[in-house]
Amino acid sequence: MKKTFECEAKLENLEKIMGFVESNLEAINCNMACSMQISLAVEEVFVNIAHYAYGKLDEDGVPIPDTGSGPMSLGLEAEEGSVTLTFTDEGTPYNPLEREDPDITLSAEERQIGGLGIFMVKKSMDNVIYEYKNGKNVLTLIKQV
Amino acid sequence: MFDLDLRDYSKENEEEYFMLSIKDEKNGGDLIIELEGRLDTTTANQLEERVNAVIDGVTNLTFNLKNLEYISSAGLRVLLSAQKIMNKQGEMVVSHPTEEVQEIFEVTGFSDIFTIQ
Repeated sequence: MKKTFECEAKLENLEKIMGFVESNLEAINCNMACSMQISLAVEEVFVNIAHYAYGKLDEDGVPIPDTGSGPMSLGLEAEEGSVTLTFTDEGTPYNPLEREDPDITLSAEERQIGGLGIFMVKKSMDNVIYEYKNGKNVLTLIKQV
Repeated sequence: MFDLDLRDYSKENEEEYFMLSIKDEKNGGDLIIELEGRLDTTTANQLEERVNAVIDGVTNLTFNLKNLEYISSAGLRVLLSAQKIMNKQGEMVVSHPTEEVQEIFEVTGFSDIFTIQ
């Protein structure tokens, strides 16, 4: 099965993209734990794209959250034994895999939430690949099911 | 090529599926907050507002997660900020997380921060 979902990269579209993913996962008999891990990864990646991909850049070239939007798409491909999710946007080139993992041994007072989302994506997926090609960020997530 | 999926996934009957229901019960310094549904980017703010509205004077806060199906980093952020408040004024317990939610706590190191029962 191969399906594609397209929308404007805005937070208000989160429910739509989650609905797309979850209804298609039901169709391939993904168990609850696996379905939650995939949903989680989709939410974290989509929210990052919605906040930052099309944000205006500050003087250091860092996107300011929620200051712009543009198109994004999610491809979902289910084969026997694996699900592949491909996120594409045309925003500022950004490789989330370069982000340093948060220190998960810190106390409540010291813990930072930044970077936790992409860390959770890496932990819940079997393989995460970033490419910048044809002017697009392409992030591919692969999960064995 | 991929088939473009044009169904409307925001249709009304799916709305409930993406909701969070919050029940709180305060008794003196004891507060129990029961969560049902999904604690995600969309619903985390609702919980944060509710917590901030009722947390004054609370010395024992329990989050009952028995019916919480899903939590993302936005939800963890709200639980962490509640934990920080309770570190100053009392104790916080996270009770009965499902296996899936417990796994998220473990992967992210939050199982060492929260008292989980």
